[in-house]
Amino acid sequence: MTEGNGNNPGNVTSRAHSPVPNEDLGKSGKTAKLKIFRGDSEGGQEVEYEIPLVEGMVVLDAVLAIQAEQAGDLAVRWNCKAAHCGSCSAEINGRPKLLCKTRVEEYDGEEIHVHPMRAFPVIKDLVSDVSWNYEVSKAIKPFHSSEQAPFTMYEEDVERLYEPKKCIECFMCQDVCHVLRTHHKHAEFAGPRFFVRNQWLEMHPMDEEDRLGDLKEDNGLGFCNITKCCTEVCPVDIKITDNSIIPLKERVASEFYDPAKWLMRKIRGNGSSRNGN
Amino acid sequence: MQRDENTNGRREQYETREHDVLIIGAGGAGLRAAVAATRHGLSVGIVSKSLLGKAHTVMAEGGIAASVGNVDPDDSWRQHFMDTLKSGKFLNNWRMAEIFTKEAPDRVYELEQWGALFNRTPEGKISQRPFGGHTYRRLCHVGDRTGLELIRTMQEKVLATDSEIYMETTVTKLLKKGDRVVGAVGYTRESGKFIHFKAKAVIMATGGWGRIFKVTSNSWEGTGDGVVLGYDAGAELVDMEMMQFHPTGMVWPPGVRGLLVTEGVRGEGGLLRNSEGARYMENYDKEKMELSTRDVVARANYTEVQEGRGSEHGGVFLDITHLGYEGIMKKLPTMYEQFKNLADIDISREPMEVFPTVHYTMGGIKVDPETCATNVPGLYAAGEVAGGLHGANRLGGNSLSDLLVFGRRAGEGASAFVGESVHSADIEADAVRTEIGRVLEPLEKGGEGESPYLMQQELQNAMMEHANLMRDGDSLKEGLGKILALKDRLPNVRVGGSRLFNPGWHTAQDIRYLIQISEIILRTAVQRTERRGAQWRLDYDGPDEELGKLNFIVTKDGQGEIGIERREIPPMPEHLSSLFEEEKAKA
Ligand SMILES: Cc1cc2nc3c(=O)[nH]c(=O)nc-3n(C[C@H](O)[C@H](O)[C@H](O)COP(=O)(O)OP(=O)(O)OC[C@H]3O[C@@H](n4cnc5c(N)ncnc54)[C@H](O)[C@@H]3O)c2cc1C
Ligand code: SF4
Ligand code: SF4
Ligand code: FES
Repeated sequence: MTEGNGNNPGNVTSRAHSPVPNEDLGKSGKTAKLKIFRGDSEGGQEVEYEIPLVEGMVVLDAVLAIQAEQAGDLAVRWNCKAAHCGSCSAEINGRPKLLCKTRVEEYDGEEIHVHPMRAFPVIKDLVSDVSWNYEVSKAIKPFHSSEQAPFTMYEEDVERLYEPKKCIECFMCQDVCHVLRTHHKHAEFAGPRFFVRNQWLEMHPMDEEDRLGDLKEDNGLGFCNITKCCTEVCPVDIKITDNSIIPLKERVASEFYDPAKWLMRKIRGNGSSRNGN
Repeated sequence: MQRDENTNGRREQYETREHDVLIIGAGGAGLRAAVAATRHGLSVGIVSKSLLGKAHTVMAEGGIAASVGNVDPDDSWRQHFMDTLKSGKFLNNWRMAEIFTKEAPDRVYELEQWGALFNRTPEGKISQRPFGGHTYRRLCHVGDRTGLELIRTMQEKVLATDSEIYMETTVTKLLKKGDRVVGAVGYTRESGKFIHFKAKAVIMATGGWGRIFKVTSNSWEGTGDGVVLGYDAGAELVDMEMMQFHPTGMVWPPGVRGLLVTEGVRGEGGLLRNSEGARYMENYDKEKMELSTRDVVARANYTEVQEGRGSEHGGVFLDITHLGYEGIMKKLPTMYEQFKNLADIDISREPMEVFPTVHYTMGGIKVDPETCATNVPGLYAAGEVAGGLHGANRLGGNSLSDLLVFGRRAGEGASAFVGESVHSADIEADAVRTEIGRVLEPLEKGGEGESPYLMQQELQNAMMEHANLMRDGDSLKEGLGKILALKDRLPNVRVGGSRLFNPGWHTAQDIRYLIQISEIILRTAVQRTERRGAQWRLDYDGPDEELGKLNFIVTKDGQGEIGIERREIPPMPEHLSSLFEEEKAKA
């Protein structure tokens, strides 16, 4: 076995475990004040908390410090703390944000108001009921290919799919979209997140399903009037409007409003005239 | 079905739900098991503490190991097998490793069949990158978000089945009838309402327990619930002393300490240097350098800092600037964003500061390699919560394929058991009622008490100090004393607020698991008096040949105490042992 043994050359002890002593780490001497919504589906109000400001602190750090030291039952969702999982979405000063990606220092001098996402029913404090999104997701036709993997696909065939595939399901685009937020069209409109999903499905070179009819009818693609608010809040920089929604709208238009295709459909009795690309 | 029960002096309603197979955990392992079980037409329930798609699996970055041989055609399951056993210092269950390395390629292709998209080679195949301890370039990946691709694919696959998914629901107990597991008790985090799950088979897929340490790459979920629930139900645990410290966690600012810096950085050529600018890995593993196994690199980083060659914030430097901005955005975009956003560091221009962080638990519930059955009838386990595959040290990328290979096998195993089973899943209502009363205690007992948050911090500090990546007997025993003292204080935990989405109350449940697991780790680590893989005893000089032939098996004994058995590892059959002999002969 040619394995380095990592033998310990000198003065290593089992005790000095951490690089820097824990306490007082990065303490700035300053404090941060946050006004956090406390309440549930019946209503609630903002409560102000003050905590020591630590260098580089994100709003989630602040909320968790408040939870550990001042308000044990303060409800918030989080998992990765690194903007990878999309759990910690909430609204800071009225804008959807990932709490784990938003620095407290960004609001230097401004008040910080933290509220749950508004396009969904509130459960408690910063936690809202996003289960509707999973119902929408369930209704979308999954990937299907009759060919047997491994597939031969070249980088240039799939390059543009990496972008929609980055989605971390934070649902902040759903939160900001006026069709849901203001007009509450949850029953008729899938929302930007699911146009993103439909985009990669429709553009995947091996997929054989047809979702254009569903996009037009069940997913309410037509409700979107291209305001681009969703794109602005996406934490992983998916150009939702330009790269997902507009191409899908074009496909739907050519599928359903192109007279030649319309005639084909009449004759063949279905809409599956497109191929993967 | 609603039923009235009397708890703590008042009427407690709970719901009863029935499934053929109950899967606890919605990471890669649980979801893959669900797909297998639904294919047999069984009714499947999946329980998860978080929302769907948020389990640890989503955070995996570097890739999934499988010897598909797309970039290095010489690769084979045999080489993958040998790499896995060498890294695990031969404590691995060799049959699990054999199954694993043989089936991993199929599981990767299956993901592709279900819509997962990996980076491509110029020939249009799935691309593979090098990783520590893998002889060949073996990790199928998509940038540095492979886990997201895996979990999203599995999630969408499961949403298309009839499985019922109980999101944000916590299981607190397994129910038994005689010697069989026949269900579980859980509560909905949102409302605090209780559910009695009746099931013919239960699959444990709850992931690891990195949260017993302060500096960790794990989320709040990593509290090891499943391993303790299994242990309480009589399951055997194996290799519990083996905790993996990932060599590269973030160091600064304080809020991000422990966040993972993927091994993909070293896979893509990242260099480790100390404050003197030296590539010190040549002193630890001259041949593999930065791509040595995790145990070796973690100890190297630790040693450099301890001996005074660390960075300003007590780390070492990891440098990937040679890739340039374009290269980094292609191969490691998530890392770029992570450092840019959270640490104000542009990794295309400056090195990262890194230090070891607790990452993965090699040990866990002992399972039968073929079916993932535990020693308790009706109970199965797969994924990080199960032990045996990785031995004393896991290779990077071997977890994601483990989830799929053994998630599938657990689903098949449990389905076969359900098919043969004729037992009724009924138990006495008493067991449910008692459990509900226990879970509600910290909330309802009233009076002054201890904060579960502070207790958790105290425990994490104790484990950092006494059970870290360098261990010694006296310190381990001192740590054990601290943990036992915490155990005595456990009944004093009190929380305020209501049952409605109350994290304080949730944490009060977790703390019991953390204490139990810590005690098990400390007791087994005291007994493994040698240096092997992740278990590195400073008070012993090297590996001990005798200890290398056995696993520590932990069970709850008749008195409710921890029983530790030294169990001989059965000899490898000829077709596997000959692989190592051939290699030796060649060298
Ligand atoms: C940051 C990071 C990066 C990683 N990168 C890689 C990599 O590149 N390659 C690799 O191979 N491995 C990697 N790993 C390791 C790998 O991701 C994990 O080991 C693996 O995802 C574990 O999967 P799992 O299905 O066993 O459990 P998890 O994904 O941890 O899921 C556990 C599930 O169980 C549920 N659960 C737990 N307790 C309960 C309870 N009491 N009641 C109900 N539900 C419960 C949780 O809610 C969750 O749904 C990484 C790990 C981390 C943390
Ligand atoms: S562009 Fe369309 S989907 Fe996006 S926010 Fe505006 S209306 Fe909603
Ligand atoms: S598309 Fe962007 S904003 Fe919308 S859910 Fe996905 S990651 Fe979030
Ligand atoms: S906690 Fe995962 S995105 Fe914020």
